[in-house]
Parts: sequence; structure tokens; C-alpha cells
Amino acid sequence: MDRMPAWADAVLVPLISLLLAALLSALVILGIGENPIEALKLMVEGALLRSAGWGYTLYYATNFIFTGLAVSVAFHAKLFNIGGEGQAMIGGLGVALVCLYLPWPHWSLALVAASVAAALFGAVWAFIPAYLQAKRGSHIVITTIMFNFIAAALLNYLLVNVMKPEGQQDPATAIFPAATHLPTFQDMFATEAMPLFRGSPGNVTFFLAIAACLVVWALIWRTRLGYEIRALGHSESAARYAGISPVRTIVIAMLISGALAGLMGVNTAMGEAERLVMNATEGAGFIGIAVALMGRNHPIGVFLAAILFGFLYQGGAELALWTNIPRELIVVIQALVILFTGALDNMVRMPLERVFAARRRAARKTPAE
Amino acid sequence: MDYNTLLQVLDSTVRLATPLLLACLAGLFSERSGVIDIGLEGKMLIAAFFSAAIAAMTGSVWLGLGAGIVSAVLLSLVHGLASITFRGNQLISGVAINFLAAGLTVLIAQDWFGQGGRTPSLIGGGRWGNITLPFADTLSGVPVIGPLYAQLISGHSLLVYVGFLMVPLTWWVLFRTRFGLRLRAVGESPEAVDTAGVSVVGLRYAAVAICGLLCGIAGSYLATGLQAGFVKDMTAGRGYIALAALIFAKWRPWHALGACLLFGLLQAVALRYQNIDLGGITIPVQVMDALPYILTVVILAGFVGKAIPPRAGGEPYVKER
Repeated sequence: MDRMPAWADAVLVPLISLLLAALLSALVILGIGENPIEALKLMVEGALLRSAGWGYTLYYATNFIFTGLAVSVAFHAKLFNIGGEGQAMIGGLGVALVCLYLPWPHWSLALVAASVAAALFGAVWAFIPAYLQAKRGSHIVITTIMFNFIAAALLNYLLVNVMKPEGQQDPATAIFPAATHLPTFQDMFATEAMPLFRGSPGNVTFFLAIAACLVVWALIWRTRLGYEIRALGHSESAARYAGISPVRTIVIAMLISGALAGLMGVNTAMGEAERLVMNATEGAGFIGIAVALMGRNHPIGVFLAAILFGFLYQGGAELALWTNIPRELIVVIQALVILFTGALDNMVRMPLERVFAARRRAARKTPAE
Repeated sequence: MDYNTLLQVLDSTVRLATPLLLACLAGLFSERSGVIDIGLEGKMLIAAFFSAAIAAMTGSVWLGLGAGIVSAVLLSLVHGLASITFRGNQLISGVAINFLAAGLTVLIAQDWFGQGGRTPSLIGGGRWGNITLPFADTLSGVPVIGPLYAQLISGHSLLVYVGFLMVPLTWWVLFRTRFGLRLRAVGESPEAVDTAGVSVVGLRYAAVAICGLLCGIAGSYLATGLQAGFVKDMTAGRGYIALAALIFAKWRPWHALGACLLFGLLQAVALRYQNIDLGGITIPVQVMDALPYILTVVILAGFVGKAIPPRAGGEPYVKER
């Protein structure tokens, strides 16, 4: 077999893909008449050199960790869950219901309940596509895309016609009660002498996201269920032969995936806006695809990729603020990352495999002579 | 609802169905050849931008159409490169293409026009004029049929007629020509086509290019026919509705026409009426927005006739050695 060593597969291929994406992005920036080095400097300054910048970076990263994990759990079962966006929207709905209509004495209790509700709502939204895929063979990519739009319409209806308080203009719920407000990094780490993370939305949900990484790692590589999910992803016929029920495994994998995407609602609704707004997800469900691809479906990779995208998001906002480069630059970078690490993977992999095969042949020859 | 209102709703149905129809037929070519395309949205969007931008600069709607088609075909070749040559995941490539178009259009629009990601409004020769078919004015006095002919059938821009003519043309190409037979075969069983000595790669690239061409016309119509200029994200999910229509039509051209007219009607009704009162029960406008997607899920679920996609769809072809 002309395979590459594991380190090349896990590190070298994504790194080269990332470099290609970065190179093309730099060309795009040059193309619109701006200086890519200056742009990068501004992004680093705005996102990483100030604690408030980190507060934003980690806030965005929290969203992307959840959606990235969601996509990767589904990928392990060879399912492409493109519906993270809708699942996160509905997850946010669960958070809003818990925060608005139940009395909470303390944020920690509210956080637990809201997380359960977000995961539950997200999982429910993933259930129908999962069931249809497992039982009736309806393509899950198409059904989850459709469910994104249905979720948007449902949320639009609920916010405009049902949950909007009397006399308010914008489609959003009332502000959640103060007892449910989550502590931000500023509340947790800033002191009189050290005013850290001032005004940034990063909050305690970040630690929930880290916990989710650990749980997903344990689930996928240390439990029987995880084994079944991976087995199904590698070969359905082999899994079936080993007595694994594809229907059950597909549905469970998608429920976990939907629950993870739903959990993102905790961060946006409870952690940042402190109410449920339209478009709270801001495409994070789709960025989860880029994050999962770049992170090679491993929680550590997902975590690092999410931080990178968090940096890109915050840096992109800084660029839009100080230069003539619109925020959409980040969308282009995201597209290039998805293209190179996902769709054009073989373009990087094939020549690399050839290089490694040639080296191995050479290495085998030398001692013989 | 009186006759005139009905005609107006149907008229706007035709206008709104046109971009859906063109994009749907675009997807039909691609998917019939075994290349799944969820990047219809992106290709329409980039074509909408470039046709509006070039039309705004040159004042010629024809040059705009050309630019829109070229940009959409280029994007579809990227999809071809990823999914045919490098045998990558076609779904992921489609997602990437949608984002690429969403980002690039705003980026370039801001650089060229500095109006926050839109093009200047198109005037005069930069837009498609409405064509008045012969005798439309003379016949408009005739009861019932006159207004029907004058308002519904006559008085659309050229691209609307192009879109509707594409339906029989697509049917003819796919089901009455050698190319069409081979194209359908390559989507069902590429190994058979390969054994017969016909290039699988060539056929699929041809299908993907046709897909780009039709998406180009669709996007061009959006920005220079339906509306007067490009605004950010102006496709607004139409590429996905076209995809839904394609499944709804079970990958058949005439059924695609029906599906697109149905979804166009839903859009037209949602545009005209905010909420519909049906004897005490009010249907909120969001139901109209969601209905195409709900119907597609129902069809996909196979409860009302099963939608079976081309068998080799999504599978890159690897020659046996």
C-alpha cells in the first residue's frame, strides 16, 4: 500500500491545504487592492493581542466547537449533517423557553437546564432527517438542508407572531431574567487592577464546549457506541455483519450530532444576546463543516480549527472596522478552506503519497545494496 | 379574488418561477450525469453579480449575460475539477462553491462600486425590456382570453421565454439525442459507458458546463431582468428551492416545469399576501416560505411516490485497472 505515515495524514495534508487556502486568500486581498501582510497584522492585533479580542475570538470559537463536533460525529458514521444551522436555531429556542418561562434562582442551575433543553431541541430537529435516512433512504444532506429552511421559517414565525413582547419592533424575545445571565470572562477574570476581557462576549459556555470535546472523544474512541458509529462509517455491510443495526446507529449518531449543534444556542442566546434573536446562528452551522474537515474529525483538531476560525471571525470584524475590506473576506477564506481540505483533498494527497512512496522505495533499496 | 388579481398573481408566478426553472434544469443536467450539485445557489449568485456589474459598466445587458454565464461556468468547472478530476466529495465541493460565491461577490462589489456590496441600479439598456408579443394590444379588449394573453403570456423579458423553451429543449437533448442517452447512462452506470469506449470524464464535464451555462442565465435574469441590479445574497435560497424542485420532479424536465411553477406560485402568493385568511384559520406567510421544503421532505420520505436519484449520483468514477 502506498500510504503515508500517520503524522503526514493528520498534520501535513491539512497544513498544506491550509497554506493553499491562505495563499489564495492573500491573492484575493491583493486583487481588491489591499495589502495582505497589513491585513494579517491588523487581524492578529485585533483578535489576539488584546484580551477583549481573545474574548471575542473564544466566543466565536465556542460556537464553532459545538457545530464542528456536531459535523464530525455525523462524519464518523459517514453522514453529512449540513443541518447544524437549523439544529442550532432550534436549540436556541429551547434555551429561550427554559430561561423565559421557568424561574431560576442561580445561573448555574439555569445553565444546566438550558443545556439539556438546547441539546434536546437540537436532537429533535435532527431526528426526522435521521429517521428518514435510516428507514427510507432519503438523502440526509438534502433533508437537513430543507430542515434548515424550515427551522428558519418556524423561528421567524415564533419570534414575529408569538414570542415578541408587546410594542417591540425587532423580531426577538424579551430579555432573559437577570438570574439566568451567564458570567462572561470579564466577570470571571477581570480585577480592579487588571480589567481583562472588557465588553467581550466570551463566557462560561466556552468551558462547556471544552467538556463537549472530551465527551465526544470518549464517546467515539472509548465506548461501544462510538465503535459502532465508526464501524458503520467504515463499512455498512461489515457493521451489519457484526450485528450492528445501521438504523439504530444512524439515528443515534444524528441525535448526538443535533444535540451538539443545539448546544451552540446556549452560547449565543444565553451567553451573548441574553435573548433569542433571528439569525443568532450567523452561519456557524456551516462553519462547523470547515472546522470538522480541517480538524480531521478529531476533537483536538476541531478545537484548534475552531480557535482558528474564531480568530478569523474576530480578525475579519476588525478588518471591516479599520479597512476597506468587508467581512465577507472571511466567507471567502472559509470557502477556500472547505474546498481545499474537503473537496480537493486528493489534489494535495495524491502527490504527497507519491513522494512518500518514492522515499520508502529509496529507503528500502539503500540497505540492500 | 377577481380575474385581474388572479392574472397578476400568475404573472408574478411566471417571473419568479423562471430563475427556479433555469437553475432546476441546470441541476438536472449535472445530476443526471452523476454529479450532485448543491452549488446551484452559488453559481446563480456569482452570475447575478457579474451580469449586473458588467451591464452597469457597459450599459449592455447582453455583455452582462455573457459575463454572468462565463463566471458561472468557471465556478462549475471548479466543481468539476473537485468532483470529477480529483474525485472529491461533491457535496462538500458544492458547499464550498456556495460560500465562495457569497463572499467573492460582496468583496468584488465593494472593491468595484464601493456601495456596500451592491451594484448601481441598472437603467435603460442595462436591463432586459419586456417583450410585447404580436397582437397583445389589439387582443387585450377580448374578454377573458385577451387579458390572459396580454398580461400573462406576453410582456415578459426575453430570458423568461428562454427559460420556458429550455424545458422542451432539455427533454429533447436528454431523451432524443445520442449525447442525452450517454449523459443519462453515465449517471446510472458509468462503467457501462466506459466499456463502450465513451469518456466518462468528458461527458461529466460537459454536463457540469451546461449546468454552469443555465445557472448563468438564471442568475443573470435575477439581477438584470427580475430586479435592476445586484444586492448581497440576492439569490436568497433560490438555488436550494431549485434543488428541491429537482427532487420534487424526480429528475424529469417536464415535471421540473410543474414543480418550479408550483414553488413560484408559493413565492408569488407569499410576496402578495402577508397572511392568508381561510375562513377563520389564518395561514402565516412563513408557511408559504417553508412549504417548498416541507413538500420536498415528504417526497423524499417516499410517502407520496418515491424519488429515486440517478444511481451513480455522488460517486466519483474510478477506472478499473
